[in-house]
Amino acid sequence: MLILECPYCGVKADETELSAGGEAHLKRFGPGADDESFEGYLFARENPKGVHFERWRHSYGCGKWFHAARNTATLEVYGTYPAQVSVPPKDILKTISAAVPGWRWRDLG
Amino acid sequence: MSARLATYGRLIDRTSKLDFTFDGKPMMGFEGDTLASALLANDQMLVGRSFKYHRPRGVVASGAEEPNALVNLGEGARFEPNQRATTTELFGGLAARSQNHWPTLEFDVGQVNSYLARFLPAGFYYKMFMYPRSFWKHVYEPFIRQSAGLGQPPKERDADTYEHFHVHTDVVVAGGGVAGLIAAKAAAQSGARVLVLEQNAHWGGRAPVDGGRIDDWPTDGFVERLVKELEGMANVTLRARCMVSGLYDHGYVLGYERVSDHVPGAEGPRHRLWRIRAKQVIVATGAIERPLAFAGNDVPGVMLASAMRDYLVNWGVAAGERVIVATNNDDAYRTAITLKKAGVEVLRILDARETGGGALMEEARRLGIRIDCGRAVGKVTGGKRVKAVQICAHQGAGGALEEVACDAVAMSGGWSPAVHLWSHCGGKLTWDDTAAMFRPDESRAPTGADGKPMAVATGAANGAMTLEAIAADAFAAGRKAAQAAGFKLKRASAVKADPAPESAIEPVWMMPARARVGLRAKAWLDYQNDVKVSDVQLAAREGYESVEHTKRYTTLGMATDQGKLSNINGLAVLADTLGAAIPAVGTTTFRPPYTPISMGAIGGEARGEVFQPLRRTPMYDWHAAHGADWEPVGQWRRPFAYVQGGEDVHQAVNREVKNVRQGVGLLDVSTLGKLLVKGPDAGRFLDMLYTNMMSTLKPGKCRYGLMCNENGFLIDDGVVARIDEETFLCHTTTGGADRIHAHMEEWLQTEWWDWKVYTANLTEQFAQIAVVGPKARQVLEKLGGMDLSKEALPFMDWKDGAIGNFQARVFRISFSGELSFEIAVPASQGLAFWETLMEAGREFGIMPYGTEALHVLRAEKGFIMIGDETDGTVIPQDLGLGWAISKKKDDYLGKRAQERSFMASPDRWKLVGLETTDGSVLPDGAYAVAEGSNANGQRNTQGRVTSTYYSPTLGRGIAMGLVHRGPDRMGEVIEFPGTDGKTYSAKIVDPVVYDKDGEKQNV
Repeated sequence: MLILECPYCGVKADETELSAGGEAHLKRFGPGADDESFEGYLFARENPKGVHFERWRHSYGCGKWFHAARNTATLEVYGTYPAQVSVPPKDILKTISAAVPGWRWRDLG
Repeated sequence: MSARLATYGRLIDRTSKLDFTFDGKPMMGFEGDTLASALLANDQMLVGRSFKYHRPRGVVASGAEEPNALVNLGEGARFEPNQRATTTELFGGLAARSQNHWPTLEFDVGQVNSYLARFLPAGFYYKMFMYPRSFWKHVYEPFIRQSAGLGQPPKERDADTYEHFHVHTDVVVAGGGVAGLIAAKAAAQSGARVLVLEQNAHWGGRAPVDGGRIDDWPTDGFVERLVKELEGMANVTLRARCMVSGLYDHGYVLGYERVSDHVPGAEGPRHRLWRIRAKQVIVATGAIERPLAFAGNDVPGVMLASAMRDYLVNWGVAAGERVIVATNNDDAYRTAITLKKAGVEVLRILDARETGGGALMEEARRLGIRIDCGRAVGKVTGGKRVKAVQICAHQGAGGALEEVACDAVAMSGGWSPAVHLWSHCGGKLTWDDTAAMFRPDESRAPTGADGKPMAVATGAANGAMTLEAIAADAFAAGRKAAQAAGFKLKRASAVKADPAPESAIEPVWMMPARARVGLRAKAWLDYQNDVKVSDVQLAAREGYESVEHTKRYTTLGMATDQGKLSNINGLAVLADTLGAAIPAVGTTTFRPPYTPISMGAIGGEARGEVFQPLRRTPMYDWHAAHGADWEPVGQWRRPFAYVQGGEDVHQAVNREVKNVRQGVGLLDVSTLGKLLVKGPDAGRFLDMLYTNMMSTLKPGKCRYGLMCNENGFLIDDGVVARIDEETFLCHTTTGGADRIHAHMEEWLQTEWWDWKVYTANLTEQFAQIAVVGPKARQVLEKLGGMDLSKEALPFMDWKDGAIGNFQARVFRISFSGELSFEIAVPASQGLAFWETLMEAGREFGIMPYGTEALHVLRAEKGFIMIGDETDGTVIPQDLGLGWAISKKKDDYLGKRAQERSFMASPDRWKLVGLETTDGSVLPDGAYAVAEGSNANGQRNTQGRVTSTYYSPTLGRGIAMGLVHRGPDRMGEVIEFPGTDGKTYSAKIVDPVVYDKDGEKQNV
């Protein structure tokens, strides 16, 4: 039962207010994409024990989608940020590097 | 025999007698008794039978760790199986029954398993029930089901109520023993809000039983004063009978309060689930004594030394008249000393340590108790109660040196900190070799959202085993938690207990140390699941080296007690057999709840009418008053049919269908989703969402559309109406309104966030009524208002206007194939409009119709239904809906997925009509069989029924189904075996069986 702060309305939301939306920062591949790219987009997901970037929706609050950077092993939350970005904000990446030196996640870290 | 003494019993009130029954036998106890103490006071040593071998079993512990004394409690609507007698407070009229035997507890036929024990070793089930494969279903499974489970399930609806509490606090203290209470005060002195939860009905835990002095007070007096002081602090809340059941992410704590188990039927809830958010959790859950693994350690009368002491001090019950104490540590001497002082004969203390103990041993010796060092229990003899102990050298194979008759044995293998809560959310343990225990590793505590520790373990739960150490540790823990919760510490004086040093424990995992095989096969580790030393050793020999594998192979620790007594002994035996160190083998994972909690508490108030919200349309009450047979659709209730007079529901459906086809019917379609999509990019957005081209739709027009997910599968359908250049109204299925609205928002917010589009879910703002049938226009025209002629409002157009006195939006769309007007009015006008239509339609024979008639009507037309023809694996192309997929668009959700080779394969199952050769109705969901069989010996399949109804229009069964290459096989007859033993033959036909050219809806 996580608590994540919604970056839109500022509410520290209990997990029961939220819906999980899987991995963040996926790049969409549509018609014209080769099979490998499309498969990667549709099915291949990171499942790390450690630093992870996730999509969440404040379903029973303001209804907005946001992203959370957190650690799946220690449950530490490095920050939440709006979903309208394709890469995590720099300050959050800095926080993660301080907490988990040498971390990697896809091509981040 | 076990009996009540005239003295002792600090928790009972001898002036308040309580009558109760055990297996129908009348017995008497006192206020303050547990069921276990009352049973022992009545010399009821035998309380149950074990799971596998049906061995006679007695009470072995005095608290939550009890594995044996599980009973069926209560009767009728208050019946509950597997209740622990040790944690069940006695009340007048309590009725308990023993479990797992036939015909009686005293004489149990199942005990034959005990004689077959050598043929029922670890992994028996895996070995025995493998071959032949044909026996799996009809021989082995019924056998295994028959022998599974201990108690019986309740048969009646639970008479009690339950509730949830939501609490936010700074510090939760789990455990109201001396450690918890001291820590609570130390934390509260900083100003932090502190919630102290104790699973038992009384405070102080073991300390008042074990004695000693804290701050110059005897422990019981110290506890009493401290509780009073805490009760007087405004920032402290104390709750007894409330167990902390689990610790979860980010300081989420579940408390399980047994509000009225001890006063059944009292007003208010029976159990209360505390859903707590805490900044810090103090784990002061104490420790659990370990049994010793010697042969016959499960004979009724063999008990944990601490439990025997508890029964005497707390409830004035002596577990026996002549007792032998077996130990490897100093603590068990307290039991011997206490028993001796109460006048119970203590025949012998068998101390496995060659040099024995320290000060406590000296005290016991001064009292005249004989102490044999380096000696062990070789075997306990007796069936339903202890008869004698064969004494042997501990460092031997168990050759008896002497046999001593006795009626009870107290055993102590040392103490294991109750680290469950610490471990639930990731706290790690460290093996303390000196103390022979796993204890919390402070440097690897469970962490919170900030990555910092969210729990502090203290007292015996932290491995502090003397009162002096516990008091100091608890005071420090309370201050540490308060500080971690963000509070400034104030000066406070430390709590000090008198020192009472003890000599070191000597680990004993098997007794005697080199016990011969016959003894090992009678030395129990897990009482409830009947796992012995020999089983764990066999598992190790058969290659189960991981403790998690051994657990599952032997079922060690998998019973309802979750191995509170057995886990550490079991893994130590495993480590010993593997020649590995105990920390290298490690523990199995501790998972919540600490002890089982009731399903009622988990459900709380959410049952019956308030289980989930019920959504009602504005016409709900009218439907109810007119014979509606309700069907749940999502959270809505929709009329399945309106039953009239003496007809049954099927006759009602047939009548409603005929009336729509021949006259006019009224359908409440308010539940259909109505999503408004607005903005300069609305058309572009809908082009991505729907497979069709929506941006070319003209204002005033409607278009049927399909929605797929990125995987290409059909997820929803409905009619889209273009309101103006920038505005669309999208109808969804009843169940899809919220889901599709969320789907739209997800894509808008996370992928196309720069597109200028807003969405709004208007589903509940409008009541919508379908007026359907050849006479529909006549009914509406009678009311006057807008022009509803074919010319003014042709098929697939919509228009705003007035009908009678109602402002309405009329859609010329049809899901039945008949002339149809779907009319939306403000929700507040829904009922009035409905009643007006009923009144106006009377002369035309208007009738309301329900969802089943709707289904029959759409199936006759071959219209698909999301959830019937689709199941998340069906693409529009499978359903012959290629016409609704735009060829002009570069992209839409699902387009790339539908280009994958297997999506384009001609070998997919595709939609066809199915016409039974004898006119009967195909069974729903039936599979069409093909030649041959698959690897599991099942018939190959080539299709399945997706919709099947009796068509009153055609006077025979109609159906649709998905069939392998179906549309290429028109006219072919295929076979559907039903679950009723019959095989149905059906011809593959066109799915549209009524008005194929659509002339009737276009008038």
